[in-house]
Amino acid sequence: MNNESVIQTRNLTKYFGGKAAVYELNLDVPRGCVFAFLGRNGSGKTTTIRMLMGMVPPTRGTGTILGHDIRALTPEVRARIGYLTEEHQLYGWMNVKQCGEFQSKFFAKWNGRIFRGVAGHFGLKPEARVKDLSRGERAGLCLALTLAPEPELLMLDDPGLGLDPVARRALVESMIFLTRKSDRTIFFSSHHLSDVERTADYIAVFDRSILRACCPLEKFQESVQQVRLRFPGTPPALPKIPGLLQAVRTENELRVTCVHYNGEAETALRTLSPVEMESVPLGLEDAFISYLGERGEKTFILSEMEAQS
Amino acid sequence: MAVTFNINTGSNTPIYKQITDQVRLGVASGRLAVGDQLPSVRALAEDLVVNPNTVARAYADLISEGLLESRAGRGVFITQKRKIYSRAEGWRRLEPMLNALIGEAMILDFTRDELREAFEEKLSKWKHQKGGDGKNE
Repeated sequence: MNNESVIQTRNLTKYFGGKAAVYELNLDVPRGCVFAFLGRNGSGKTTTIRMLMGMVPPTRGTGTILGHDIRALTPEVRARIGYLTEEHQLYGWMNVKQCGEFQSKFFAKWNGRIFRGVAGHFGLKPEARVKDLSRGERAGLCLALTLAPEPELLMLDDPGLGLDPVARRALVESMIFLTRKSDRTIFFSSHHLSDVERTADYIAVFDRSILRACCPLEKFQESVQQVRLRFPGTPPALPKIPGLLQAVRTENELRVTCVHYNGEAETALRTLSPVEMESVPLGLEDAFISYLGERGEKTFILSEMEAQS
Repeated sequence: MAVTFNINTGSNTPIYKQITDQVRLGVASGRLAVGDQLPSVRALAEDLVVNPNTVARAYADLISEGLLESRAGRGVFITQKRKIYSRAEGWRRLEPMLNALIGEAMILDFTRDELREAFEEKLSKWKHQKGGDGKNE
């Protein structure tokens, strides 16, 4: 992995009417990594991807993809990017083989072995008609069509959407297989955190049109910690804790979730003189939910976890 | 002998740490011996369906601890298990687990004798007991 960014945005912003779909996004995606783009529904992920692909003009701000301005992408640049949309648009009357032949006409480079290999991995027969395929099979076919031109950058917009566990595993296996080529970059959005945990080097967390975190996956996971404090009676009121995400209060326990739990936060919690206090790491999913969930106070934004300015 | 890796997503333990833990346990239990070869980064990543960088990070941690050695062009091997922690540091790491075990046993109403017996029984099944059969090196 080198320092070159395959995607770079500066203050990229998109308004629809008076509402910001993406607000001042600064993103750097290094070449050769697997980059997961996370966030709740409607947080601006698809709009970002569509802007990066040059399909939606930004309201303001700049962006480059493979070093080219996203406002003026040529067919040659686009051919180096494999873009898989959420909708999986295909012609129902074609069969699998015909889909491949049709798509191949649009690309200078087409690797039929990859097309057949990926289609086969999803259990697709060449004669099968598109209209008879299941959701997972259509996803597999779209992935095969996206991968056959051997793009150096893959933009996968929620590729796991609506797939059963078997089809999703086939998808994740395909993504792992793709990392064999070390300079290939995969940028994908997803709600399946177990798939993200398996595949991603970096994650970016989007929250209501604003980028909240952008860092290596393990760093995100390790940064979010839960501290459990036990008290003889009702837990006291919580003082100001740096990095507080959530505080859950039970009969005689206080569970405090923090980002960047450090000496300062620990000292603040010790002043409550709990009888017992332990800090436990959280899994990716719990960390993510604490980070974006609505419960508790949300009083922080920490520079290290924020997007680089 | 070999070790079968098994990883869980959604765990509190990051995947790279699950891998390092399993190699350490393999060495401690004697299932992995000096000179045993581990799968290549690529092979293990595809087998476990995880990002190869995750496996590479786990191996790098184990290499820097002296548990593994990478031989150019040949692969990754278990090396002489070096004692990298002082006794005091060892105790510091072990103590929370002992406390957790004893605490849980008390909550579940086990007697001290039952606990001792269970402990002895487990120890006797452990292959390379320190000071036991003397095959530790």
